[in-house]
Amino acid sequence: MKLVTAVVKPHKWEEVKEALEALGIAGMTVSEVSGAGRQRGHTEVYRGAEYDVSLVPKVRIEVLVDDHDLDDVVRAVVAAARTGRIGDGKVWVTPVEMVVRVRTGERDEAAI
Amino acid sequence: MRVIAHLLLAGPSNIDTGDTAWLLAASALVLLMAPGLAFFYGGMVRSKSVLNMMMMTFGALGVVLIVWTAVGYSLAFGDDIGLGLLGRPTQYAGLGQLLDPASNGTSTVPLLLFAMFQGLFCVITAALVSGAIADRARFGTWLVFVAVWSLVVYAPVAHWVFDISAGDHHGGWLANAVGIVDFAGGMPVEICSGASGLALALVLGRRLGFGRDPMRPHNLTLVMIGAGLLWFGWYGFNAGSALGANHKAAVVFATTTLAGAAGTLGWIALERWRDGKATSFGAASGMVAGLVAITPSGGSLSPLGAIAMGAVAGAVCAIAVGLKHRFGYDDSLDVVGVHLVGGLIGTIGIGILGTAAAPTGVDGLLYGGGVTQLGRQTLGALVVLGYAFGVSLLLGRFLDRTLGFRVAREHELGGLDLATHGEAAYDLHTVTAGRAGGHGILRPHHPEED
Repeated sequence: MKLVTAVVKPHKWEEVKEALEALGIAGMTVSEVSGAGRQRGHTEVYRGAEYDVSLVPKVRIEVLVDDHDLDDVVRAVVAAARTGRIGDGKVWVTPVEMVVRVRTGERDEAAI
Repeated sequence: MRVIAHLLLAGPSNIDTGDTAWLLAASALVLLMAPGLAFFYGGMVRSKSVLNMMMMTFGALGVVLIVWTAVGYSLAFGDDIGLGLLGRPTQYAGLGQLLDPASNGTSTVPLLLFAMFQGLFCVITAALVSGAIADRARFGTWLVFVAVWSLVVYAPVAHWVFDISAGDHHGGWLANAVGIVDFAGGMPVEICSGASGLALALVLGRRLGFGRDPMRPHNLTLVMIGAGLLWFGWYGFNAGSALGANHKAAVVFATTTLAGAAGTLGWIALERWRDGKATSFGAASGMVAGLVAITPSGGSLSPLGAIAMGAVAGAVCAIAVGLKHRFGYDDSLDVVGVHLVGGLIGTIGIGILGTAAAPTGVDGLLYGGGVTQLGRQTLGALVVLGYAFGVSLLLGRFLDRTLGFRVAREHELGGLDLATHGEAAYDLHTVTAGRAGGHGILRPHHPEED
């Protein structure tokens, strides 16, 4: 079992969600976040004054997947989130030791 | 001595201080409808585009009043240039002609004040249209649309309906040749804005996700505040249209109040029966629907007639807002369902519920007046509907081809507040606020960024 975390441009999250749903993956957690990466070093202008801001708005999508779905999921997320310009975000994968479905007590693959 | 000489030169003045005081206050009340509408509409859209929604009203406020002063007032209220279609465009161009008190003629209120009062009507009508194209219109194109639309749609229709012949002044054809009754703008304001909104909704197309996502209002408390302010301002609009502090204004004040109350109840009663719940959004919408219907008919109804008018408008508009889903056009904030439908109900309803005992003195069908007035009202309503829709469609299409009327897909998805105005309506981050980006105008350092 793996946790796939994707941080993407705000206007791309719906396409990522649709790509996941096309793979039959219905479960995900979506949050609005701020972050910094290679896209750092923005200047924002407010009332004529310039400010350096380090954080830019992103959307984070987290999905639990079976190991054998992993490649398809990562490929689909990356394809859906890409614009080719800086700031497209990142996708990373972390191993998961245990998953429990709260309602039934089912564990691991059965709970995904 | 200079003062006396001036008075002698100016001749006898008919200016009435009571009438003028009321019209000054009424004009300020009509202005208050602009922020009221901005709140009403702003609360209805999603939080990523609320400032853009409000800016469409505030932008219209700026553009329309200048265009109106330049030539709009002359087109609407200048001497007719033929057939009752349009006023002489140069007659009051710039409004400087109205500085001389002698220009007031026999009017009991200064004409310069009347010109501002009517200009604020144009502002509200233009701003109403924006509800049909929420969340997806280019701001600059909207401002150009509003400027041209005020002159080619609003001003001519206002001339047809509002400019009444008197002495050697010849006004518009619907008011004088046809004999329609429209107290405060069922045709120029409500039907015009609804028909123009429908045209623009067709030009711009549906919002991304329309029909799939519920696109619920992001802040219903703003909607309620906006509706309340609109009702308050509506007294200036309706009772102010009496152009005097008199019995007529009092009657219209009463009918306006009762129609707003009945409209609220009509909508939420229908909702409770159809959906099982009476919603705050329904109450705010029903209030507006009742006030829309009483706008043309406020001077023609008894108090009980106003209650009937408001209740019917509230219930029918509650049904009419579902039309967009049946026919597939995205009139985002229901300008068609509330203003076009409510305007038709109020305008045509005069031919049914009108009573000669009310100030405009016309009996409708139910009061034994036959179908004559009903026919006139229907003719006027349909002509204005067709004209406003047709011209707005042509103008919208032209601007879409030349300037582009719809924003880029990624700006629509990410929200217009940031993309168009470089602002965010709400910064609710407690810890990272001020350090987090996305609340100002972006200046990327890297050329590949967007």
